[in-house]
Amino acid sequence: MPGRGARAAIEIAGQYGDSGAMTTKRKTLLWLQAGSCGGCTMAALEQGGAGLFAELQNLGLDLLWHPSVSEATGDEVLQLFARIETGAQQLDILCVEGSILRGPNGTGRFNRLSGTQRTLLDLSRALAQHAEYCVAVGSCAAFGGIPAGDPDPTEACGLHYDGAEPGGSLDADWRSRAGLPVVNIAGCAPHPGWIVETLAALAAGDLGPDDLDALGRPLFFAGHLAHHGCSRNEFYEFKASARVLSERGCMMEHLGCKATQAIGDCNQRAWNGGGSCTHAGFACISCTSPGFEAARDTHVTPKIGGVPVGLPLDMPKAWFMTLAALSKSATPARVRQNAEADRVVVNPKRAK
Amino acid sequence: MSRLVVGPFNRVEGDLELTLDVEDGRVAEARVATTLYRGFEQILVGRPAGDALTIAPRICGICSVSQSLAAAAVLRELCGVQPPRNGELAANLAHAAENIADHLSHFYLFFMPDFCRAEYASKPWHGEIHKRFKAVEGSAARDMLPARARLLHIMGLIAGKWPHSLALQPGGVTRALDLGGKMRLLAILGDFRAFAEKHLFGAPLEQIAALETPEQLAAFAEGPGDFAAFLRVARDLRLDTLGRCALPLMSFGAYHTAEGALFPAGVADAAGAALPMGAIGEQVASSFFADSAEDPALSFTTPDMERAQAYSFAKAPRLDGRPAETGAVARQAVAGHKLVRALLGDARGSHVLVRVVARVLEIAAVALAAENWARALDVRESFCAASAAAVKGAGVGRIEAARGALGHWVSVERGVIRSYQIIAPTTWNFSPRDAAGVPGPLEQALVGVETGAQGAKAAAIQHVVRSFDPCMVCTAH
Repeated sequence: MPGRGARAAIEIAGQYGDSGAMTTKRKTLLWLQAGSCGGCTMAALEQGGAGLFAELQNLGLDLLWHPSVSEATGDEVLQLFARIETGAQQLDILCVEGSILRGPNGTGRFNRLSGTQRTLLDLSRALAQHAEYCVAVGSCAAFGGIPAGDPDPTEACGLHYDGAEPGGSLDADWRSRAGLPVVNIAGCAPHPGWIVETLAALAAGDLGPDDLDALGRPLFFAGHLAHHGCSRNEFYEFKASARVLSERGCMMEHLGCKATQAIGDCNQRAWNGGGSCTHAGFACISCTSPGFEAARDTHVTPKIGGVPVGLPLDMPKAWFMTLAALSKSATPARVRQNAEADRVVVNPKRAK
Repeated sequence: MSRLVVGPFNRVEGDLELTLDVEDGRVAEARVATTLYRGFEQILVGRPAGDALTIAPRICGICSVSQSLAAAAVLRELCGVQPPRNGELAANLAHAAENIADHLSHFYLFFMPDFCRAEYASKPWHGEIHKRFKAVEGSAARDMLPARARLLHIMGLIAGKWPHSLALQPGGVTRALDLGGKMRLLAILGDFRAFAEKHLFGAPLEQIAALETPEQLAAFAEGPGDFAAFLRVARDLRLDTLGRCALPLMSFGAYHTAEGALFPAGVADAAGAALPMGAIGEQVASSFFADSAEDPALSFTTPDMERAQAYSFAKAPRLDGRPAETGAVARQAVAGHKLVRALLGDARGSHVLVRVVARVLEIAAVALAAENWARALDVRESFCAASAAAVKGAGVGRIEAARGALGHWVSVERGVIRSYQIIAPTTWNFSPRDAAGVPGPLEQALVGVETGAQGAKAAAIQHVVRSFDPCMVCTAH
């Protein structure tokens, strides 16, 4: 497989006709919903100043079919699937939203493609073989997600992972036609930007294996922690903690927040114009991680001997404890009081 | 007689399949199925009660706030907390944003594109409608999607994100807005008003809220805007005679404040007159589930793929033993909306036109109410009361989602969920047959619909199904 630069060069060469004018090589996109809530589609529809459809158009992506928005229905759709399977229709990007349900007893019958006897387990596997790239949109399609929560009634898994274990409905060593593993846009639901930027990078031939983390998540958002840029950072620094929901302090010590352990540039982006989970006053549940659905007591920090079990991802525990004790003793009164209020009660001002 | 199986049935939320028995070009019998089961009621059992707020919203990406609010309502009952006024108002604003966004998605993305089909190419209105509403390519979505995204900025302010937030708690909402936040809310609502008045209505919201008679509606249809364009198509295609359903109309009541509900709870007959609220039960005679109690407070969900006669993962909810229709048309009929009641009364039942009209009129009514709720926020006061964890007891959370009556029946022991049963709006509307063989509302509404030469592809079938705005992921959960 040629390297990324080489691939880009080939692409660009192919985009210029004899006249030298750019004739964009458009790519095709098919979106399937498996065991999904539809929330990832709802997130995608929030994208962009011009709206998702205009943006896909501008990115050079032609939507072959999406169950929520396309006109084609019934037989027309089945014929499209058949054309992809015979190779008559090029499929560049296959997006799958929702868990792959293998139950009951491995039959996949908990999720049948309506109008047919075919399961989504079978259909998604079959179409993936014809796709240049395969994208799992959301933590369900990536890892199994909420439907895989105990007692996992439907034997749910992701396309390429079963929880954190490689190998879901596709084998661990599966690669798409272009040589990539399934690209996992984790999140429940993911940020609209994560979805569209990943599709844009694929359309541009600009996303290679090195751009993904060990779980197949694009590093442009997975290289960050949800904690980075949190509006509660000053409270975190001084370990000035909220005790109950709606207080402004850091939610790590008491309220179950996992932002220091969860990947995602959540607090470096605006969600719905300016929000984020921690900004809105509730805990990060690490929805970009495999197995997040197994957690219990969302808004309670598990502790042993008064010390939170889940410390920041890669920080030595002894150092964390030492620094926490030090910063607690240095906490300004303003920070301490504001941490335990639902609004700013002490304004910043220069110390005398 | 021939049997048609219709699917994949797209531009609905989730997985929908129809089986139609057609005789002489008309539907003689219809069966509706949802073909996806994820097992949320099983997943919720055994978890700490408060975790319902993490799991339940994820039943549905399009009604996530509604699922949150139903779960929060049960927990509120169990832990006895009362949210402060700001908490109620902010929750109403988040709920309004979701419901209006859903109504917009339905009208522009799901429902209207069917009128662009080649089947209608000879109609005088087809050119204009095709240009405006063609799926993915039409100009309307280019106007609507940015406006919808902007409206959902309300979620950024109140709920952190959408879908799937934990901001909506039994004691209120987790973030206290400051003065800047309140002003941003009003700015967002102002932007929404501008979109709705320019594109959807071509008229002030107040004028839409004042429509009371079919004659006023007919006059309005001659004006500009996307709603008027729909009304002209509806008149030509006689959508007031299509998809008729004469069942009780049920609403659980929506948008509560100390002054009461904006749209009260209740039941109306098919012509809109008030009826008493009855007992609710769920049957599984046609569903892939093992027998359990009919009372959702006592029942459990156990899949049974081998059940004889089963054809859907939806159960069959019944109100005093009968199917009932729910949704914007029921909500407005129960609330006494004069125009909706008149349209129902003329037809002695609901139909495609009134279902869509009720939904679109509600956009104006709710947007106006939302402006009042935002202005009423007192940013000096609390938005959330502290509440203890629910330890034991049983309760019901009843709310109105965009698509109608949503209920969560929950029992808790030693802080852990013992049973959790959900009846969603489309479980009512797209119910399969019950133990007595009585079809659900859609199954009844499809009988008699002409399929003509188009068979399964007939646009009339598509109009009837989509007029209910089904959410199949909620239906079977």
